[in-house]
Amino acid sequence: MTSPQIQSSTGAAFARIHGVGGYRPVRVIPNSEVLNWIESSDEWIRSRSGITERRWAGPEESVAEMSVQAAGKAIAQAGIGPEQIGGVIVATVSHLKQTPAIATEIAQRLGCGTAPAFDISAACAGFGYGLSLADGMVRGGSAEYVLVIGVERLSDLTDTSDRSTAFIFGDGAGAAIVGPSDTPGIGKVIWGSDGAQKDVISQTQAWDTAFAKADAVNGTGEEVKWPALRMEGQSVFRWAVWEMAKVAQQALDAAGITADQLGAFIPHQANMRITDAMIKALKLPATVPVARDIAETGNTSAASIPLAMERMLESGEARSGDLALIIGFGAGLVYAAAVVTLP
Amino acid sequence: MATKDEVLTGLADIVNEIAGIPVEDVEVDKSFTDDLDVDSLSMVEVVVAAEEKFDVKIPDDEVKNLKTVGDAVNYILANAA
Repeated sequence: MTSPQIQSSTGAAFARIHGVGGYRPVRVIPNSEVLNWIESSDEWIRSRSGITERRWAGPEESVAEMSVQAAGKAIAQAGIGPEQIGGVIVATVSHLKQTPAIATEIAQRLGCGTAPAFDISAACAGFGYGLSLADGMVRGGSAEYVLVIGVERLSDLTDTSDRSTAFIFGDGAGAAIVGPSDTPGIGKVIWGSDGAQKDVISQTQAWDTAFAKADAVNGTGEEVKWPALRMEGQSVFRWAVWEMAKVAQQALDAAGITADQLGAFIPHQANMRITDAMIKALKLPATVPVARDIAETGNTSAASIPLAMERMLESGEARSGDLALIIGFGAGLVYAAAVVTLP
Repeated sequence: MATKDEVLTGLADIVNEIAGIPVEDVEVDKSFTDDLDVDSLSMVEVVVAAEEKFDVKIPDDEVKNLKTVGDAVNYILANAA
């Protein structure tokens, strides 16, 4: 007797991004406001980071709310109904309620039926990680369309007294719809991790540590700090520029694309200095438009690539059908790079 | 093996290219941050360029010890392959 064989599932031949959308919080925090918290200057912040202002979410602009707003725009651009979405992936490190995943609430609010929905934690590489998963789901046949969201409220994890990070972070959400395509629209995602550098970008303390401290000092008036993000700037800079330039080149090579064929370079908006140095290290032709959304948005971790992508398409800096090199990199350390066709 | 003068000249060229400091200002007793206004991120760019030029490894932990141009020249002379 022959052993029974499982029927295979087949998906689309190729996948591409069908739509992208973003949500930027209403409240603008210019550098002048940051100077109320730290000893610095507008000129210093601009020269070290390229940031002139960032957006910080208000109480109503929750992780779920910002996600739903961004996703709605992406779904509209894709021209599909929410019920066609067969998977919702939310990349975030700043949804402060550990369980359940925020993805299920977002899927329900959008009308995605019983679509599988889950969160991933891959920091500033979260959008690329989600894109890789979505690409596999669409081509593997487990979903026709997948919604990938990068969303952060990093203001909740910012130590406003830390002069090396207080000016960096911002809030927002970016979303993309990944679905079937007749031609390849997402190149091989080059992704990875380096746990040996887990402390280079990290949270200052675990939540249980913070609570234990709060209990211990209860009533004494001593201040207990809320957990926040911290990083070793020089180490991050070196890794992000020169190691990530190699990863970006691998993504180009894997896609069979040369830098001069790109219609856009959309790196994670970590720091303008990283972007500028990466352009040099990559020897990117000056003709390729580069995302510089960080100037007005700050570093929004997982949200930064789709937010920057939306802005480039809206401003006309890049056009639908252009090839874009995207690369995310951050705490973990983790990274993900790919060449994609812009929606 | 490069001489001290050759390392200093090479380093001055790097600092000039990255931070726009005139090469003649890059002297051994000058502090990168205080005298030459090379900020922490530009310092990383200088270090990476120096690694390539002089075939030397300068780990992150070591960068903070390179306060003056002379510190960097001496480190490169002592550690270049």
